[in-house]
Amino acid sequence: MSLTAKDKKMVKAFWAKVAGKAEDIGCDALSRTLVVYPQTKTYFSHWKDLSPGSAPVRKHGGTIMGGISLAVASIDDISAGLLALSELHAFKLRVDPANFKILSHNILVVLAILFPNDFNPEAHVAMDKFLAAVGRALSEKYR
Amino acid sequence: MVQWTDFERATIQSVFEKMDYDDVGPAALSRCLVVYPWTQRYFGNFGNLYNAAAIQGNPMVAAHGKTVLHGLDRAVKNMDDIKATYAELSVLHSEKLRVDPDNFRLLADCLTIVVAARMGAAFTADVQGAFQKFLAVVVSSLGKQYH
Repeated sequence: MSLTAKDKKMVKAFWAKVAGKAEDIGCDALSRTLVVYPQTKTYFSHWKDLSPGSAPVRKHGGTIMGGISLAVASIDDISAGLLALSELHAFKLRVDPANFKILSHNILVVLAILFPNDFNPEAHVAMDKFLAAVGRALSEKYR
Repeated sequence: MVQWTDFERATIQSVFEKMDYDDVGPAALSRCLVVYPWTQRYFGNFGNLYNAAAIQGNPMVAAHGKTVLHGLDRAVKNMDDIKATYAELSVLHSEKLRVDPDNFRLLADCLTIVVAARMGAAFTADVQGAFQKFLAVVVSSLGKQYH
């Protein structure tokens, strides 16, 4: 299920529309992840405040979206573009890759809320495939 | 038995009360057929499913989407025994329709996205949690009679 030329075009076009709200998207997606999938909180025991929209959540949501932006820019070779991030996740963060799917789902939910007309089924399938590819690239170095 | 908090019960009733089943059902099913194209395997006699536009305009898809959503209503009205409520439907999906139960999860995900789009900011994280828990119980119940 690799990205076709049509998928890449759709992702780039859609991302151009939504990138202005990247920090809001990241903040809301991460907030939902922590609330709806409470087991994910185990990765953030070092934060003072895990509540939706809190300062550390907003900041980290922004960081994550920066990585997604990088993936969009590297869409022709996501593995190469995300090499450093893959090593970070593999050797330092050691986030279980199941969580990439959880966060991806919540990013899609937030996109549906913020862009109900633009996030049509064609944009949805392209973004779902793209986020899955990002998850795979991040898991590359795990073993 | 599944334990529901007062918030979860109230949320599920409220979300479904406000929902236009005849809009959400077709939107969710057609989205599922586009986003997860292998699900089209169950709809060989539905005619033109060739591309997203064809799927979204297909009257048989729309009709079936409404059927599915109205079927969900039974669980909304029987939250304390969804498993028994869906026993017969589970047998139907397993023995007659032969639907891989993983598809229920895929449709549930698409339904979540469609409801999020319709509700906007009112689809808060807590509402999402309640809605996804409800759908997880529905999905599990529909898979119960497979053997």
